[in-house]
Amino acid sequence: MTLWFVFAMMTAAAIFAVVWPLGRKPRAEREGSEANVYKDQLAEVERDASVGLIGAPEADAARVEISRRLLGAADAERAPPAAARTGARRAVSVVALLGLPLLAVAFYLPLGSPRLPDFPLAERARTPSATEPLDNLVTKVEAHLEKNPTDARGWTVLAPVLARLGRFDDAVQAYRNALTYGPESAERRADLGETIASAAGGVITAEAKVEFERAVALDANEVKARYFLGLSAEQDGRPNDAATIWRAMLDKAPADAPWRPLVQSALARVTGAKMPAPPDEAVAAAQGMSEADRGAMIQVMVDRLATRLKQNGDDVEGWLRLMRAYMVMGDRDKAKGALAEARQALAGKTEQLKQLDAGLKNLGLDG
Amino acid sequence: MIAEAGHYALVLALGLALIQATVPVLGARLRDPALMNVARSAALAQLLFVGLSFTALVFLHVTSDFSVANVFENSHSMKPLLYKITGVWGNHEGSMLLWVSILALFGGLVAAFGNNLPLSLRAHVLAVQAWVATAFYLFILITSNPFLRLDDPPIEGRDLNPVLQDIGLAVHPPMLYLGYVGFSISFSFAIAALIEGRVDAAWARWVRPWTLVAWIFLTLGIAMGSYWAYYELGWGGWWFWDPVENASLMPWLAGTALLHSAVVMEKRNALKVWTILLSILTFSLSLLGTFLVRSGVLTSVHAFATDPTRGVFILLILCIFIGGSLSLYASRASSLKQGGLFAPISREGALVLNNLFLTTACATVFIGTLYPLALEVLTGDKISVGAPFFNLTFGPLFVPLLLAVPFGPLLAWKRGDLAGAAQRLIAAGVAALIAMALLWSFVHGGSTLAPLAIGLAVFVIAGAGVDLVERIGLFRNPLGIVWRRARGLPRSTWGTAFAHAGVGVALIGIVCETTWNSEYIGTMSAGQSAKLAGYELKLDGLQSRQGPNFRELLAQFTVTEAGRPIGVMNPSKRSFAARGSSTSEAALLTRGVSQLYVSLGEPAADGGIAVRIYHKPMVLLIWFGPLLMAFGGLLSLSDRRLRVGAPKPARQARGLQAAE
Repeated sequence: MTLWFVFAMMTAAAIFAVVWPLGRKPRAEREGSEANVYKDQLAEVERDASVGLIGAPEADAARVEISRRLLGAADAERAPPAAARTGARRAVSVVALLGLPLLAVAFYLPLGSPRLPDFPLAERARTPSATEPLDNLVTKVEAHLEKNPTDARGWTVLAPVLARLGRFDDAVQAYRNALTYGPESAERRADLGETIASAAGGVITAEAKVEFERAVALDANEVKARYFLGLSAEQDGRPNDAATIWRAMLDKAPADAPWRPLVQSALARVTGAKMPAPPDEAVAAAQGMSEADRGAMIQVMVDRLATRLKQNGDDVEGWLRLMRAYMVMGDRDKAKGALAEARQALAGKTEQLKQLDAGLKNLGLDG
Repeated sequence: MIAEAGHYALVLALGLALIQATVPVLGARLRDPALMNVARSAALAQLLFVGLSFTALVFLHVTSDFSVANVFENSHSMKPLLYKITGVWGNHEGSMLLWVSILALFGGLVAAFGNNLPLSLRAHVLAVQAWVATAFYLFILITSNPFLRLDDPPIEGRDLNPVLQDIGLAVHPPMLYLGYVGFSISFSFAIAALIEGRVDAAWARWVRPWTLVAWIFLTLGIAMGSYWAYYELGWGGWWFWDPVENASLMPWLAGTALLHSAVVMEKRNALKVWTILLSILTFSLSLLGTFLVRSGVLTSVHAFATDPTRGVFILLILCIFIGGSLSLYASRASSLKQGGLFAPISREGALVLNNLFLTTACATVFIGTLYPLALEVLTGDKISVGAPFFNLTFGPLFVPLLLAVPFGPLLAWKRGDLAGAAQRLIAAGVAALIAMALLWSFVHGGSTLAPLAIGLAVFVIAGAGVDLVERIGLFRNPLGIVWRRARGLPRSTWGTAFAHAGVGVALIGIVCETTWNSEYIGTMSAGQSAKLAGYELKLDGLQSRQGPNFRELLAQFTVTEAGRPIGVMNPSKRSFAARGSSTSEAALLTRGVSQLYVSLGEPAADGGIAVRIYHKPMVLLIWFGPLLMAFGGLLSLSDRRLRVGAPKPARQARGLQAAE
């Protein structure tokens, strides 16, 4: 209500400003005129002449010229005399009285938010409420950490929340800070690795793998790290290694470990379909082959892909597939060679190079 | 409530502007003094309401009310108080609000202090002022409203662009806007004169102080902007011929021409039609500058806005005002009474020459700035017109102009004596020759043109001195008389001398800086040192530090000259978390008017850091020059006495000179 009262006062003031001059009695206005300027100019010549800034003949010439202008101005000023137009004045008053508020309201209502009170920060900080959204709390903690960047506990609290909110890159940074400023622990390393993997869309990158390996080095029984190392092996196309890792975990685990079903299902997955994703017909053909035959078939497929890419190097996806295949076969050097060839073939095509770089991040080839 | 009250005040200001735009014109038609006087009270009330609105926005920024979208997007609760305030105009919406506030301020000043104007002229001037204001209120309310609210206020703001978090933001935009918008007054006077169909020497007298105020602020604003770019952007450059800079230079050139042509009009009742045109052009160029900067046509530090609707709206305003005023000019100019003719060799002739060069220079800048834009619109080709174009066109135009500058004040009105003026300038010429000879014999390296340019600058400065010496009769009269004459000399004469000398001073700075600057660029690690221009800079070390809303890497350099320590420099690199961006804070060490300049680059892997060190000889003169010019303008403004062109009787001119 106060707000509308203030609005009303302001409107009244605005209307008053328009109506006030209309209601005043006409009195002799001290109006400026050209004649005044020329009279001033004449006085100025006198002053200059008396100080000696201009000589007498020049002063005379100046006086003549200004007088001529003065006469001209006096002629021009015989304009029609001022007239009071009551009708027009009344009309303007009405326009101001009705038009101003109408226009103001018509503009303000669609644009303004009269229901919203002010929210100065100081006032809000004093009254934290239970309904305060998580985002606000996070922002507060972030502001606190901005000022005290070495508060490891703060980072430890913040990191999982950020990860939950989907801000993976920030969460990674938070975990790193927690590790930098606080004690190192296998659990935190594993969390960091998991967040890095989440940031990469679930792919265990080389960077993530390093974290898991460190976690396991700190604590050989770190469950999360070991699970993800298995997953990493699976993604690298070493299902047997993955199975070995997970089997070892299950062997040692207590029967009621909450993560048992997860690992068991993962184990079932790798022992079922062993290759990441060969084409369907190839999978069908490979079903009945021996280990050696299958290896040979893959080799042929990879060679075919390599040959095709040599002829037509535009296919970024193809290059990535080839490199992944080499990595799976454990031939890092060949993968690097393929990368060099890909860069050569794609030289100058910014868009595709970007795509290539994005793909590389997930391959772990850069490390 | 503050936010909504500010919003409502802005809407009321629009309503008042609409009334101020129509009622006084009606009043002038009907010759009703009360209706004409509505202009005055409406202008003052409009100033009050825009002032309230602006104050409200400042208050919201200071209290970090993030329920206001503008505050959320451009502020941060941890920002120091100064930047919370300056951040108000560090963004598109706020800066437009500042723009109209200054427009209302000038309108209010005319209303309050325009008692010496004829009633109908004042009514028309204020009405035209209100037309401009109305257009910009609509623009703000519809496309760039700073008072829009967020239903669910976030707890923290997005912070201000770190480059703008600097004391420069407190000074540069308000100054520049006072200049830009100040020219709206001379525009309004010109349109009012066209509407009334009457323009004469008195008009020039009335419009002069307003033009002068705008010119002073624009001069300071441009100089300040240049110095800010110099120390903040980290490249050590002070003028880039960037379209945004050109946008401010164009109204300055046109405004300078306007100042000079208004003098002719005031004293000799000539050049009337031309002066009116210059008034229109100067403000049109200011509007164009606003359009270029605010529409997002150019992407630079200044373009916070890249919203096409805004661009179209401003373009519309631009078309209406420039097109409308020029059409009015075309239809009315021929009916204005022409002034008298005059001889080419005279004070007025010299001023016409000045106008010729200044407007041509303005035109070259105009072409260089807009041609690439037009080409891009028409053909899609991106070309860049850079420093070489401007140096090649601007330089040759300014050389003859500067050569002529000392002659102007020495020529008499109506009919001057060129030989006599040249004779009196011999002393200045000799000073210039000595300066050139000294430079040639003692300074090596650099362009051969540099000593010539410095000679020219010395000529301009000495010429300004000669004018004063002549007028007060120094060396010819006893000191008592000299003192009396110096005191009696109109302030505007002193102003002219200072402003002209300022041009020379700035030229010396520009030539020295561009010719003899030296730089060292390399990677340094702690303990290493670099030698440059006789100074030795040793990197003592690097340390990290926490600022209010940023973290910074601070380097410490000890500077020694010939083994003697002369100072410590602390350049830094700041990173701002809220925007995820960083700035490089250069360190400056002033030696006389020269400066050492250190800025940091990226840290290297081995613990070193990329460093750029510049030695800039005489660089401060570049900005002392404009300060002198502005000071001259201020002196001229304080001259309460009217300037009368005393025509000299042709025959007796020389004889009188001797008798003085």
